[in-house]
Amino acid sequence: MLRRIFSYFHQYRKYLVVTVICVVAESFFELVIPLMMADIVDVGVANGDTSYIIHKGLQMVGCAILALLLGIGSARFAALSGQGLGAELRKEEYRRLQAFSFSNIDHFQLSSLVTRLTSDVTSIQNSVSSGLRPVCRSPVMLFVATGMAFSINRNLAMVFLVALPVLGFLLFWIIFHVRPLYTRMQTAMDAVNRIVQENLTAIRVVKAYVRGDYETLKFAEVNDHLTFQSEKAFRLASLNMPALQFVMYGTILSILWFGGGMVQVGTMKVGELTGILSYVMQILNSMMMLSGVFMMVTRSLASARRIVEVLDEEPEITDQNAREIQVERGEITFDHVYFKYNREAPEYVLSDISFHIEAGQTIGIVGQTGSAKSTLVQLIPRLYEATKGEIRIDGRPVNQYPLVHLRDAIAMVLQKNTLFSGTLRDNLRWGKEDATDEEILEACRIAGADEFLGRLAHGLDTEMGQGGVNVSGGQKQRLCIARALLKHPKVLILDDSTSAVDTATEARIRSQLAEKLPQMTKIIIAQRISSVRHADRILILDDGKLCGEGTHEELLAGNAIYQEIYESQKEGAEL
Amino acid sequence: MARYIGYKRPKNTKKTIQSLLHYFGYHKWLLALVILLVFISTAANLMGTYLLKPVINRFILPGDRQGLLQAVVAMAAMYACGAAATLGYKQLMVIMAQKVIRRIRADLFEHVQQLPLPYFDAHTHGELMSRFTNDVDTIQEALNDSFTLLIQSFLLFTGTIAMLMILNFRLSLIVVAFMILMILFIRFSSRRSRRYFQRQQAELARINGFVEEMVAGQKVEKVFNHEKADFEEFCRRNEELRRASTGALTYSGMTIPSIVCLSYINYAISACVGGMLALSGGLDLGSLSSYLVYVRQSAQPLNQFTQQVNFLLAALSGAERIFELMEEPPEEDTGQVTLCRACREADGSLRETSGSRQEAGDRPAGAAETVLAWKLPDGTFRPLEGRVRFENVVFGYAPEKTVLKGISLEAEPGQKIAFVGSTGAGKTTIINLVNRFYEISSGQITYDGINIRDIRKKDLRQSLSMVIQDTHLFTGTIADNIRYGRLDAADEEVRRAAQIANADSFIRRLPQGYDTMLYGDGSNLSQGQRQLLAIARAAVSRPPVLILDEATSSIDTRTERLIEKGMDAIMEGRTVFVIAHRLSTVRNSEKILVLEQRQIIEQGNHEELVAKGGRYYQLYTGQFEME
Repeated sequence: MLRRIFSYFHQYRKYLVVTVICVVAESFFELVIPLMMADIVDVGVANGDTSYIIHKGLQMVGCAILALLLGIGSARFAALSGQGLGAELRKEEYRRLQAFSFSNIDHFQLSSLVTRLTSDVTSIQNSVSSGLRPVCRSPVMLFVATGMAFSINRNLAMVFLVALPVLGFLLFWIIFHVRPLYTRMQTAMDAVNRIVQENLTAIRVVKAYVRGDYETLKFAEVNDHLTFQSEKAFRLASLNMPALQFVMYGTILSILWFGGGMVQVGTMKVGELTGILSYVMQILNSMMMLSGVFMMVTRSLASARRIVEVLDEEPEITDQNAREIQVERGEITFDHVYFKYNREAPEYVLSDISFHIEAGQTIGIVGQTGSAKSTLVQLIPRLYEATKGEIRIDGRPVNQYPLVHLRDAIAMVLQKNTLFSGTLRDNLRWGKEDATDEEILEACRIAGADEFLGRLAHGLDTEMGQGGVNVSGGQKQRLCIARALLKHPKVLILDDSTSAVDTATEARIRSQLAEKLPQMTKIIIAQRISSVRHADRILILDDGKLCGEGTHEELLAGNAIYQEIYESQKEGAEL
Repeated sequence: MARYIGYKRPKNTKKTIQSLLHYFGYHKWLLALVILLVFISTAANLMGTYLLKPVINRFILPGDRQGLLQAVVAMAAMYACGAAATLGYKQLMVIMAQKVIRRIRADLFEHVQQLPLPYFDAHTHGELMSRFTNDVDTIQEALNDSFTLLIQSFLLFTGTIAMLMILNFRLSLIVVAFMILMILFIRFSSRRSRRYFQRQQAELARINGFVEEMVAGQKVEKVFNHEKADFEEFCRRNEELRRASTGALTYSGMTIPSIVCLSYINYAISACVGGMLALSGGLDLGSLSSYLVYVRQSAQPLNQFTQQVNFLLAALSGAERIFELMEEPPEEDTGQVTLCRACREADGSLRETSGSRQEAGDRPAGAAETVLAWKLPDGTFRPLEGRVRFENVVFGYAPEKTVLKGISLEAEPGQKIAFVGSTGAGKTTIINLVNRFYEISSGQITYDGINIRDIRKKDLRQSLSMVIQDTHLFTGTIADNIRYGRLDAADEEVRRAAQIANADSFIRRLPQGYDTMLYGDGSNLSQGQRQLLAIARAAVSRPPVLILDEATSSIDTRTERLIEKGMDAIMEGRTVFVIAHRLSTVRNSEKILVLEQRQIIEQGNHEELVAKGGRYYQLYTGQFEME
């Protein structure tokens, strides 16, 4: 798992190498300086050699400055490599995420994806940035100190052969048990995020129903659960320190006891005993550093797994059958198309849909709430993939077009319109990146959005909040149509996208579309008969099945559902 | 470097720390216990080192085996106390840290609930979410380890300095000078990296916001082939974050080697000066050696402290952002008038009764007729009727741009008032003023003759039920989502509400019926089905005033006809505000207000307005041009 994560170091790998070199060199100096120090006392003072003392002192200062430069270097490069890895991981995750289909996203849930991109990555990059130094230093210190201890007195140093495995076992036991706890903690974190995210999205509903207290209670539940899980994990992890002290103190006492015996028997000198005792400190200190790093890494492992899950998720809709072709005309055929959102679902959402649309035609689709009208049209730009059957554009199956070209040629205004934070101009330029103001205004004119542009505080430079909260529903819909038109598509799909627009404006948009863009195939989903009655053909959908097709007059004469819809709207007019 | 100069300087560290300490205040005794245990643990550690020399001199050298055994046993007891204290403070600290963190999260969430709507309009959700995750994380990180280490370092630091002064006062002055130098350096460098940490947390929040928004609007992104541009934008922000966090860690990471270096120089100078002193006979060799050992030790606590510096700095930046959000002023709510349940006395006056004061329509069997009433601050009561008046109301989202000007209207109890008008004329805005989602700039709105500013917001909104344009559903079962309208609604009532909204038939066709789980804002339901659920939600809440903002816009006309009867039942006896573009929905209203250009240009009932042949007539005939 870690190897997988580390493979994303990319161009930052070189900094990693430099860091290791810096740290190892620095720890070398750290071992040399105390030796010089000993020289000052043992040689300089003992011989009364003032110039020697000053000379050695200056040497020490020189070494200290070299160590400082190496230390600064290691800090800089550790930060560069760790944070670089983090940036690469986020980038890669985001790239994957963009290719996800909606079932992929549903699988993770939005709030969890966001955490996986931010706090999980933060956890890993911090482990690298602050873990590198101890990880490189500690083994050096550990080996040198153990070697020294053995060279002083082989028999007494045997104590380490007992202490180190015991400590190793204790740490391993803690890490082994704490790992699943960290995973559970992250899951609890996701739940907290979900509640916060839903609450923020639906804040108007929460406020309208005065459910602030209820939401707070709901939050308290997940918050308590997260606290419980974190407490469990961190409490177990914090056993690491007392375990270490336990072993360290045991070692010191054993050395004191056995070593004391040896001194008394005369097989060891007192100086050697104090020497070994000071190495005990150093060895166990580096063990402590290492164990701290292990704890951090264990915690990041839970994060690493969550990141790898995102990286490994197979996008459902891919370009694998695509060839270099483009949509030329915009002729659409549905050939016995079946669809369900989920392979395990018992019932099809759409079943046995077949129809044909000539390029340049205007097609209306009407049907009851939940009759899968939106689903039907979302199959055309492959937002979802048909479960069975085939959809062809210009005679070729949709999956033969590269997604980029396919979606370039098809503009769709969704029922649930989304504007993004940024200015109005930025939002409209989604349709065409380099659109000039004239082009934008022309598209707005066709979409009937020109009339309110002047009323906005800063015209095209007006800031939209997230979701476009600064404009009304109807304005939003017209902006979304303008945005779609800027793409100069071959096929335009309007999914109930004039529902909040008043009828007069809607009629104007309709006539503008017919007049200015006659070659474009237009598919219009609507509730109102008036929105579709001018279409070349109207499709009637009922409960996922096609049950009628024809012009307004034909359907009015022979289709029961259409008649019923018509009546329901006409009746209103007569009263 | 230069480009960061304009960035926010670290501000108000003191205040942030005070706010944090305030949270610890809830656990004063626990905190005291932790400090005591840290003290014991540190003391045991220090004593152990200190005792080694006497043990060697007194027992090992003379060969006193018995004495050595006693000493070892005594030390073992002391060490055991130390290790136990470590165990204790570590566990207690985790417990306390989690308590503090939980409380911070809960307070933050509660505060967010009280923020006014304009705040949410101006900030992306992801950015706010980031305070709950990334910023709280930083505090947790610091509390788990760094806090106790901080205490320990402080104890060690003072202990060693004291020891040095006892051993040799003159020499210790060198050490003290260096210590001051080191502390100054730590202050300097942490100030510098603080800026980067703040930047890092802010960039992290921006990325959070960006990802949240993009994934939520992914369909649009795909439809417009906008992946590449978004990816570039993401990379740009990602790079900003990388730079900020690299800067933060570089500067905080540099502190460690710098302190180590200073301590070596300190060591060298102490050794040289000490050596000179020894030569001039002012010091014996043994004392010099043991003095130098302490000099070496004196750097240890500062070292330990700098190891934690980046965690502490990140935590401070995180805490600052959290407390900043907590200081955002909550929705203004100075109203004194509350809603209560009252019963009518024989003389016609009202008297408050106990029991649930939230629900209209429930009447315990056999009890006198109870009604909902406004309780005025002077103790008198006024029945809740649902009379809403706008008097010359002016409103703008921004002060310089008015959206509504001079709106006056009157809704009698039980009337159905409809707003029509071209899109963007301000219909939604008007009703968002009634429940005080936004505050009016001038004029006044009264509810049963009471200025709505005088009514407690909670009670005001409880007396209104609202179905808004964009339906939002929560993770949970369908029944839970309907019950959001009234939490104590029985299953039967939920079902009845669903029937009224004509949602019952599609719900029952779902695999688990009412217990079907909805995820991700009900993404598996169609827009129309979601609206039916929102209507059911309003139906179950049974308020005196109902606001329907394009509540049926995604519902086809056939289904709308089916729910019409149910809707009539909900509206019965209630004041209703309706916004609809579909005129068949508003036709039977008592009063229709036509909005245009930010003001009301026509009002009257359907017949009057049609007869008038004005704007309404145009709209009306526009829809049915086929006739």
